[in-house]
Amino acid sequence: MQMFSEILSRLWSLDRDVVSIAWLSLRVSVTAVCIGLILGIPLGSFIAVCSFPGRGIAIALLNAFMGLPPVIVGLALYLILSRSGPLGSLGLLFTPGAMIAAQATLATPLVAALTRQVVADTAVHLGEQLRSLGLSAPLQAAAMIYDVRFSLVTAALAAFGRAISEIGAVLVVGGNIDGFTRTMTTAISLETQKGDLSLALALGVVLMSLVVLVNMFASLLRRHAARAYG
Amino acid sequence: MDILRRCLLSLLLAAVSGVVDLRNTAFAGATSIVVASTTSTEQSGLFKHILPLFREKTGIDVKVVALGTGQALDAARRGDADVVLVHDRPAEDKFLADGFASRRYDVMYNDFVLVGPSSDPASVRGLGVREAFAKLAAAKAPFVSRGDRSGTHGAELRAWKDAGVDLPAARGDWYRDVGQGMGPALNTASAQSAYLLADRGTWLSFKNRGDLVILVQGDPSLFNPYGAMLVNPEKHPGVKAEEGQAFIDWLVSEEGRQAISSFKVGGEQLFFPATGKTAGP
Repeated sequence: MQMFSEILSRLWSLDRDVVSIAWLSLRVSVTAVCIGLILGIPLGSFIAVCSFPGRGIAIALLNAFMGLPPVIVGLALYLILSRSGPLGSLGLLFTPGAMIAAQATLATPLVAALTRQVVADTAVHLGEQLRSLGLSAPLQAAAMIYDVRFSLVTAALAAFGRAISEIGAVLVVGGNIDGFTRTMTTAISLETQKGDLSLALALGVVLMSLVVLVNMFASLLRRHAARAYG
Repeated sequence: MDILRRCLLSLLLAAVSGVVDLRNTAFAGATSIVVASTTSTEQSGLFKHILPLFREKTGIDVKVVALGTGQALDAARRGDADVVLVHDRPAEDKFLADGFASRRYDVMYNDFVLVGPSSDPASVRGLGVREAFAKLAAAKAPFVSRGDRSGTHGAELRAWKDAGVDLPAARGDWYRDVGQGMGPALNTASAQSAYLLADRGTWLSFKNRGDLVILVQGDPSLFNPYGAMLVNPEKHPGVKAEEGQAFIDWLVSEEGRQAISSFKVGGEQLFFPATGKTAGP
């Protein structure tokens, strides 16, 4: 109970730093999810619609990559983006750009796997019809993506949840630099390490509120759009 | 109007502008340097105190990546930092000898303290470091080790060696190797009422002490010097030598020394500027 009131008072006294940290977290994760959607939706629907040798393995791999450990992604990207690594000349290591790359890497397979599932489900009753229209595979896929567009909001939200809550990758490639690459999760971890548990929890409340707000916004949008065009 | 399409479009625009924006910040790097340093300096709050002063004077933005000393030196070896500010003299000397830096500057020092539960089951209070560590091993008192090749970890290993303890043979359940920074190690020790070696800076600013108190301090072997090195631009052409050197020069200047001295937590000074000696390879 005492802890609870302490958290409340810390919440009250959070300064502008927290706003900029939350804003950075949001920017990085939303950008990463957008990249994930741009890459993942075509990839997932391609696998759902087209038949090619090794498709079963591709699906299994895609599903497995939903569980890609963030710290491994971080480490691999660190080695790639390091000045001694193949893409070192980009100078992206320890910048928000590197964090976006890491979270996009985590988001893409998740979006692709969920897209594949919903497109495959809709293909069961829509596929025959589309094929009979003589549409090419990309057009069939596009028609089915359009058909399941509201379900894809869930995929986007799942990817956002994965991106904004992860710490393993952003810590390694971002470096948790104060005022530059410090995100909500790395800030919470830092305060925990400093033993300031009530501040860490207050930041946790801010992060949770952020996630809830984004989800509420998405569900409002979805309901509105479904009413108008469903 | 197609609201869904509009929203998707604005999301896309946000993503693109976000990437462009972030790339700009990434490439506006002419006046910023990356300093690989230790968790002790970051978590104590020292950088938050001195970096704004340096920035005001020179306009150079210093981005601190806080790692253990071993990891910080590794990052510098890969060319991912311009300057290192660390505290493990043998590891620093190796870094110099390998040619990754051409000069080491004494910046500041503080000291290590042996921290433990106030009940002090191994009765080490007030002893010298050597006797204290020998007693800890003999009593198999719970001890938390950083275990992360940090400067503090190096100092702890030297303390066991000086005390004549053969750690690989002596270690057991009592020796808890957490492999993390100073803060998490302190959190662990506080939860388990264990002993540990901490740097005074992190200890003073640490808030979750629980039952822990300082038991051994002031022994000359607990001296903890911090050194700064500019990563050799000949090894890594990407190193911002001019700005990096400016930062080091500022740290050891009268102004930098005053900035370091004026950093206090609870009225106590955490770091003491060095007397300005430098060392070559």
